[in-house]
Amino acid sequence: MTDRQPDFTATEIMTVAASRLLRDGTVCFVGIGLPSTAANLARLTHAPDVVLIYESGPIGAKPTVLPLSIGDGELAETADTVVGTPEIFRYWLQGGRIDVGFLGAAQVDRFANINTTVIGPYDKPKVRLPGAGGAPEIAAQAREVFIVLKQSPKSFVDKLPFITSAGYLDGGDARQKAGIPGAGPTAVITDLGILTPDPVTRELTLTSIHPGVTVEQVTAATGWDLKISPDLRTTPAPEPDALAALRDLQDRTARAHGQAAGGEG
Amino acid sequence: MASITPLRDAVAGLIRDGDTVALEGFTHLIPHAAGHEIIRQGKTDLTLVRMTPDLIYDQIIGMGCAAKLIFSWGGNPGVGSLHRFRDAVEQGWPHPLAYEEHSHAGLANAYVAGASNLPFALLRGYTGSDLPKVNPNIRFIECPFTGETLAAIPSIRPDVTVIHAQKADRRGNVLLWGIIGVQKEAVLAAKRSIVTVEEVVDSLDAPPNACVLPGWAVSALCPVPGGAYPSYAQGYSARDNRFYKEWDPIARSREGFAAWMKRHVLDTDDFDGFKRVLAETAGREIG
Repeated sequence: MTDRQPDFTATEIMTVAASRLLRDGTVCFVGIGLPSTAANLARLTHAPDVVLIYESGPIGAKPTVLPLSIGDGELAETADTVVGTPEIFRYWLQGGRIDVGFLGAAQVDRFANINTTVIGPYDKPKVRLPGAGGAPEIAAQAREVFIVLKQSPKSFVDKLPFITSAGYLDGGDARQKAGIPGAGPTAVITDLGILTPDPVTRELTLTSIHPGVTVEQVTAATGWDLKISPDLRTTPAPEPDALAALRDLQDRTARAHGQAAGGEG
Repeated sequence: MASITPLRDAVAGLIRDGDTVALEGFTHLIPHAAGHEIIRQGKTDLTLVRMTPDLIYDQIIGMGCAAKLIFSWGGNPGVGSLHRFRDAVEQGWPHPLAYEEHSHAGLANAYVAGASNLPFALLRGYTGSDLPKVNPNIRFIECPFTGETLAAIPSIRPDVTVIHAQKADRRGNVLLWGIIGVQKEAVLAAKRSIVTVEEVVDSLDAPPNACVLPGWAVSALCPVPGGAYPSYAQGYSARDNRFYKEWDPIARSREGFAAWMKRHVLDTDDFDGFKRVLAETAGREIG
């Protein structure tokens, strides 16, 4: 960090940077937590006609406060329709109607594969994480995938103990060869920067760094020898409007729930 | 035809030790009262099925009623880990818990297959995931028409499915709305079913496309107002987010958990008793 205190937090720029990637009119399958915050921020700012679909069944949800869990009543009350869980996965996701899958993760590797299952061996886990949920099929079947998570040596690991959801597998054309329909993760947005896959090797490359963050900080928070783009750019600071909208949303949420929006669920 | 039955009798009569039991609900309409009754009656050796095991499964597992869990996402929604589930998986307490792990799409399809009287579910799924490496019930087959590779998993056919719904009429027809998850499929896939409801009314007033389970497709109907607490019933009650947070420290230690369960569940007669004691110990109004 520079000695100048920025007027936004690392989480705020991560959320705003993630929301910017969502274009208006996009049909987005939303994970709970950070993805849900970013997707709703996009809807409240530059992408009012984004369609938010949650795996619990709401299609076209327009919550005024962030859901704490994936099945909050607010999502059902504000949706265009609510369908059963089998229908969400069969007709809407597997049917090929989702533009963007917006996912969180416990861990990612250099090819943007995701682990949300276990730390340590599967049969004798050191930490048992919640598991797959909807992610394996969202990661495979959405036309493209955005992943948002905080970056640290524990979350950006050289070798995942378990691949819950496929990114680019071993890199190159491995994903395509495996017969996975969607294009895969096109951006990983963190509290330090934005990583995008190399067009050939599919290895995640740091292509944008958030203001005030150094390349050394990002490499230190990555468990492999991170590739840095020769055209590394600086993420634009959050627009005042976006920052205000995000803070309003989080204030409303805190007032409604007595806490900030929570984790997976 | 569903008989209108007290919950205690329905659980005693329809759930047997060793059964495969699904208590379904996707954050909404979770049958907590029925889960507590399973614990009070000391059912053992159950195979529990659920897409999203949460607090009530943490309690049933922590009390030693379950031998196996079939699931796709296990956590305290909006809060974090299920400590009793993790203790059973990581440390084998109170006894080892076998588990079979899927994705949501896999389990949703397996219920559909069960309800459809098919032996297995077919989906585009699991490709590139390590789940098939650890779960022998995820296999791949070739499409006889196109030669494509598709995932197959055995259908889910619970002995008993338990759900909570908003209302039923006096003939036993059940109406639910809002986030309806896989409840309809889970009931139709099961041999027997228990539905707890917020209220029994003279007429459901359901529009033709509503989610209605006809009384003749349900085994037992039990009026349990607020029976989803701390989950919610859209139109009747709100989710008690505070309790989900409070559960985290309660469930963290084995001793604290056991004492809490004894006082709030084992030593109470029914769900109203549980809520009365919880109101005392939490120092606030409950449900």
